[in-house]
Amino acid sequence: MTRLGHWIGKHLVLALGALVLLYMYIPNFIVALMSFNDASASRNLYSFQSFTWDNWLNPCEPLGMCESLRVSISIGLIATLVATVLGTLAAFALVRHRFEGRSTMNLLVFLPMATPEIVMGSSLLALFVAAGMGGRLGFGTILIAHILFCLSFVVVTVRSRLSGLDSNLEKAAMDLYANEWQTFWRVTFPLVFPGILAAALLSFSLSFDDFIITNLNSGQTVTFPMFVWGAAQRGVPMQVNVIGTVMFLAALAIVIIGEVGASRRRKLLASR
Amino acid sequence: MSLADGRTRDLRLAGLHKQYPNGFAAVQSLDLEIPQGSFFALLGPSGCGKTTTLRMVAGLEVPTAGTIHIGDQDITHEKPYKRPVNTVFQNYALFPHLTIAENVEFGPRRRGEKDVSAQAKEILELTELTEQASKKPAQLSGGQQQRVALARALINRPEVLLLDEPLGALDLKLRRAMQIELKRIQEEVGLTFVHVTHDQEEAMTMADTVAVMNLGVIEQMGTPYELYTNPRTTFVANFLGRSNLIKGTVLGREGSGADAVVKVDMHGTVVTISAARVHTESSEGWVGIRPEKVLIQPEGTPIDAPGDHFSGAVVTGSSYIGVSTEYELLMPWGQEITCFEQNTGRRGGLVPVGTRVDVSWRPEFAFLLDSSQDAEAGIQET
Repeated sequence: MTRLGHWIGKHLVLALGALVLLYMYIPNFIVALMSFNDASASRNLYSFQSFTWDNWLNPCEPLGMCESLRVSISIGLIATLVATVLGTLAAFALVRHRFEGRSTMNLLVFLPMATPEIVMGSSLLALFVAAGMGGRLGFGTILIAHILFCLSFVVVTVRSRLSGLDSNLEKAAMDLYANEWQTFWRVTFPLVFPGILAAALLSFSLSFDDFIITNLNSGQTVTFPMFVWGAAQRGVPMQVNVIGTVMFLAALAIVIIGEVGASRRRKLLASR
Repeated sequence: MSLADGRTRDLRLAGLHKQYPNGFAAVQSLDLEIPQGSFFALLGPSGCGKTTTLRMVAGLEVPTAGTIHIGDQDITHEKPYKRPVNTVFQNYALFPHLTIAENVEFGPRRRGEKDVSAQAKEILELTELTEQASKKPAQLSGGQQQRVALARALINRPEVLLLDEPLGALDLKLRRAMQIELKRIQEEVGLTFVHVTHDQEEAMTMADTVAVMNLGVIEQMGTPYELYTNPRTTFVANFLGRSNLIKGTVLGREGSGADAVVKVDMHGTVVTISAARVHTESSEGWVGIRPEKVLIQPEGTPIDAPGDHFSGAVVTGSSYIGVSTEYELLMPWGQEITCFEQNTGRRGGLVPVGTRVDVSWRPEFAFLLDSSQDAEAGIQET
């Protein structure tokens, strides 16, 4: 083997990996770039004209955008809270208790995740109409729909964390004079918390992101994805890129914080 | 947990029974009395019900029937956190999100004790863990984790400390060291220790009293010496050490009192067995003799034992273990028995395979078991 061939062989996997990452992140770079685009002078909104801070300084300039953002964030937060609480309780029931129909329920929890969104969205609409809520579609119905599809993800995430938990730890806590309440808050909850947190983050991004189910059940209410979709008919305002960049950076920050914490723990482990 | 009244705080299990919903009876009407301050071992193979028994004492399992008392106090249905009992769990069950100090302080804090830090400091010193106090359990070695589990239980000064295979996860050398350590701590603190194990050597070296458990019942209970020298069932004879069990027919009883003996015809040779070691009423029985009590000598040479004597055995196998040699002997009636011989150098070598030998043992070492029992019961596959 020649030296060059050797070099290529050694670095090929690395190069491929870099290319894949590039492929994945180019859209995000474009979004970040476009958030500094001064598109006011041009009709062509999808090419970079000149640099400006205007979009960042006036993010709420496009009519209705920040209102839709506010709606999306409120729905996201409430849906996350409700789905996380209900889903965590359901996960505890599924892992900790033996009851009739438990295995069926385990399966049923999975199904909504596998259902195509368009099917779930339209059947929810049919349900709301049948329940006489056809004229009152809006914030409430969106919220109900979002809680519904977030629930499965929460149950599955928390359940896997919980079933990996050694039940002897709780027995040890009880043995060491902790009553049921203290055992839960001092041992069970702290140990399951990473799973609950992951479930909550997942719920929020699922809710914030959703278009299909939301669009079918929203009535006059406009969420951020719906605003972007509507705006895209005429040309997306550059401020959407600002919001996109902020969301991406927020996600990045969460991942970095998590990683730093994990590597600090690993270092502690290595230094024993 | 004061012992102010000075009355005994023995642990008493009466008619304890545990049946699981699937019908499996893990423990069957168990009666046990464990004196305060003693080191007690529950010994048995896995699935014999020893851990279930322990968990019922800890309050982690609810008995189907029967009672558990400490002194006069009935704790059968008491919540685990209200019992003066602590457990060292098999895999330690240390709280992974807490530091070593926090793990150790967990019990006293729940009980609302004062000067918890000082107590923790003291117990960490006793268990040589002071330097690990601020680490997390995952950063510790197996032996250190074991000591944390012990410290976490001991700091509460329970009346009864339960140990569930506490040394099972350690390697042999560490296990030996911890056995001595545990025994030392028990003598120092004077608490009642109930130790569950499947390791007969561990039970025998540490415990004052050993109860051998099998299939949910206690087969026999006594000091390690009693159990080994005078087993009552084939299970105990085989589970504690090894035994040669040879079929015999009871001829009759002679003498009385301490000198009473039972004569047994064993394939044509009449052997005598002390009546105190006869554990059968029937006319058939298993004559048991420990392999190290079996003496051999090449045919025709004098054998140094005024005992029961057989000729016509053949050495069919030998394995040299250094300190001793294990011989397999084919007896004239076609049964193979085992003989352990100390390598004192007296013989100046090994007895070659194929040698015809005379076999003998002192009658006071033999015991007689019921022939209805399985001669293979309790033999451990290794």
